[in-house]
Amino acid sequence: MSRGNQNWLVRAWLFLGAMLSSSAWADTQLNLTKGVTAVSREVYDLHMLSLYICTAIGVVVFGAMFWSMIFHRKSKGAKAADFHESTKVEILWTAIPIVILIAMAVPATSTLINMENNDNSDVTIQITGSQWKWHYKYFDENIEYYSVLSTPREEYENQNGSFDGNGAQKGEDYLLEVDKPLVIPANKKVRFLITSDDVIHSWWVPAFAVKQDANPGFINEAWTNVDLPGTYRGQCAELCGKDHGFMPIVVEVKSVEDYDAWLKEQHELTAKTADAEKASLSASMGKDKLMQLGETTYMAYCAACHQPTGVGLPPAFPALKASPIATTGSVVDHINVVFNGRAGTGMQGYGKQLSLKQIAAVVTYERNAWGNDTGDLVQSSDVKAASEE
Amino acid sequence: MTTETINESLDDAHNDDHHDHKMTGIKRWLYTTNHKDIGTLYLWFAFIMLLTGGALAMVIRAELFQPGLQIVEPDFFNQLTTVHGLIMVFGAIMPAFTGFANWMLPMMIGAPDMALPRMNNWSFWILPFAFAILLGSFFMESGAPNFGWTFYAPLSTTYSNGSTAFFVFAVHIMGISSIMGAINIVVTIMNLRAPGMTYMKMPLFVWTFFITAYLLIAVMPVLAGVVTMLLTDTYFGTSFFDAAGGGDPVMFQHIFWFFGHPEVYIMILPAFGIVSTIIPAFSRKKLFGYSSMVYATSSIALLSFIVWAHHMFTTGMPLFGELFFMYCTMLIAVPTGVKVFNWVATMWRGSLTFETPMLFSIAFVILFTIGGFSGLMLALTPADFQYHDTYFVVAHFHYVLVTGSLFSIYAGAYFWLPKWTGHMYNESLAKWHFWCSLISVNLLFFPMHFLGLAGMPRRIPDYALQFADFNKWVSIGGFAFGLSQLIFLAVVIKCIKGGKKAPAKPWDGAEGLEWTVASPAPYHTFSTPPKVD
Repeated sequence: MSRGNQNWLVRAWLFLGAMLSSSAWADTQLNLTKGVTAVSREVYDLHMLSLYICTAIGVVVFGAMFWSMIFHRKSKGAKAADFHESTKVEILWTAIPIVILIAMAVPATSTLINMENNDNSDVTIQITGSQWKWHYKYFDENIEYYSVLSTPREEYENQNGSFDGNGAQKGEDYLLEVDKPLVIPANKKVRFLITSDDVIHSWWVPAFAVKQDANPGFINEAWTNVDLPGTYRGQCAELCGKDHGFMPIVVEVKSVEDYDAWLKEQHELTAKTADAEKASLSASMGKDKLMQLGETTYMAYCAACHQPTGVGLPPAFPALKASPIATTGSVVDHINVVFNGRAGTGMQGYGKQLSLKQIAAVVTYERNAWGNDTGDLVQSSDVKAASEE
Repeated sequence: MTTETINESLDDAHNDDHHDHKMTGIKRWLYTTNHKDIGTLYLWFAFIMLLTGGALAMVIRAELFQPGLQIVEPDFFNQLTTVHGLIMVFGAIMPAFTGFANWMLPMMIGAPDMALPRMNNWSFWILPFAFAILLGSFFMESGAPNFGWTFYAPLSTTYSNGSTAFFVFAVHIMGISSIMGAINIVVTIMNLRAPGMTYMKMPLFVWTFFITAYLLIAVMPVLAGVVTMLLTDTYFGTSFFDAAGGGDPVMFQHIFWFFGHPEVYIMILPAFGIVSTIIPAFSRKKLFGYSSMVYATSSIALLSFIVWAHHMFTTGMPLFGELFFMYCTMLIAVPTGVKVFNWVATMWRGSLTFETPMLFSIAFVILFTIGGFSGLMLALTPADFQYHDTYFVVAHFHYVLVTGSLFSIYAGAYFWLPKWTGHMYNESLAKWHFWCSLISVNLLFFPMHFLGLAGMPRRIPDYALQFADFNKWVSIGGFAFGLSQLIFLAVVIKCIKGGKKAPAKPWDGAEGLEWTVASPAPYHTFSTPPKVD
């Protein structure tokens, strides 16, 4: 064997060894989660029941096949029998599966009836999907906010054609972490009203066994009642465009006391934000500050489509760099698009989502970054004025 | 069949050889109305599409080899999954079966050709244009369709990348081709059977294609309708699927799956026919329960029209709807079970040998049944809430479509290659193809069950770290399976070029009129119909 060959062999073995000793095997989950609700445990039991039944049928059917493959082979001198019909047998193997199916349908039906009973809820939360984030609105509480992927782009964007060593070290909850999770109380029936602003999304948390599509223009219902406080993670489950893989769901389940404390905190925060909005109207920010805030805001909310370099992904997501809207066009029009979105396109309105200050900063940034040197500075008051026109 | 008819038809075949006039070169293939030529065209087209769709799948698997975005952008990833699905369904599996229908149906029922030969030519030759449009969209500014092969509105309408028109026209052409092919199959079977061949004497292969053709005629116009609605929603201001204009995006899914569910049986019933031909041949024993097989196939076809919404349990259906579709879906397990039990009973106390067609057929029965098991689990609505749109579903439909439909296609190809080419294929190379495919395909698709149960959604270009290990193995399985298919290409080319001369009936247990004509089958067969007793 030549030296080159040996090297190749060594490398192949190292590769195989690396695959087998992979560190994460311990965390690898093979089966469905039992979850943390009565419903999710019922679903798990149903899953296991059907799995056992299928395995049993498989053992019998494949067993018979392998028996004939081993003992009824021509090379062993097997002579073919000539039976080829039996009404009795056909009736038998029609009837037995029907009985088995009924045995599966009974628990499935009762679980399903339970899952679809949305009555008597304690808390109601409206969930709205949009490309590519979730919006949560607490009924009767005046609390609403967006929940966006918080994994830094450096962790998942390592497109330099090589397989190892690039990109930032990935965190533990890579792609399953958000800036602001949904918070719900434990041991309370929480009802979700699920809808969408644009395409169809699907809100899924495996630990609750809740998966419900978010259809634009329609509202779907689902509910959960979690008995164990903790953090539970899920993902959008319906293809919703480019960043379908990047809109996770994180739910924090708190004890009732902690939940009430959280509500109070949120109310204070809402009041504070309103004050800050008011204050920002009279304040005037310098270019550096605007550009700095604009860049962070842009990277968090705009870069997914318009790209960090402003070149976009045409034709669906147009470039901002050297584009009329961000250079020669009027500031008011520019603010309008950011604030209200553009109907019939992927561009959604950010008026509800960002503060006046953030919109002012991001418009400033877009008009001055990547060689769009318009020199325009936009203040919160300009945004307020433009949005009221 | 008496020996007399066999001899007669052998004579016919012999005579036919003398007045076999065909054009030469490219013209032979462009203008051909011969069912064997058209069958060959379909089969080669399907194989080219299989490799194309497979190449796309390998890029997908390369991207998913490890976490992070390495090779493709998320939007291009969506284009890959979409076009992979469309090509495999409409370009590989369906045309391959139409190829079998063209080659085998006339020979099995003792007909000289398909009933509508000129339409037959047309239904093949529009296909390359459909796929040229579909694949060509990769090179346009819009990019290829990126909304999934199920093209749910409004992702495919208001929010599409501009590829909707190309996509719609491509699907229209594929649909026209399928409808014409199906009409041809129905007319041929109803009118051109040899004297004495009653419906219940037809080979089961013929029955399954007959039923499939009816399914196609029933649902392809529905597909044409729904893509047209998509077109007008996108470009002409209608609001079929837009709530803002009084429409409903979920209605899209109802119409689509009313086509889509029968469509999946369109891709599996012919497989049942092929396997039901091969298992008796290598068990040297008649197919067990022929008439129950016919009834089971028909029941599956009828049930396929009332189960479509089991693809839509999470769309917010009323409880009654969920229960109805759950029960109907579970019911499909009964006739499907009957088929599997009949195949096992056919092998039971047979005299088995294991040539490559038989190996692929046995693998089909086992692996298709595994796909059937996961299908039964998916039918249970509460459990479906957990499985839906995860890799569990991806595993399920690849078990029924790859180790199901595709494996049956390989089984059939090896079984009839001697008849098509006049040569025996290289058995040991074919066995390499089988074993490499069998091992790699399970490495490819089995761990996907675990990924799905652990919570990995389908159609994502990047994933959380706990999914990393299985994805690595799945990708390796994918590359190995893809490369293994090149062995098949080698076997076929070798077989066409030469090899041991094949007798008229190379398999001692095989039955049917196709084995009464010489190998390779003469250009024209059964100009005088054989008599069937």
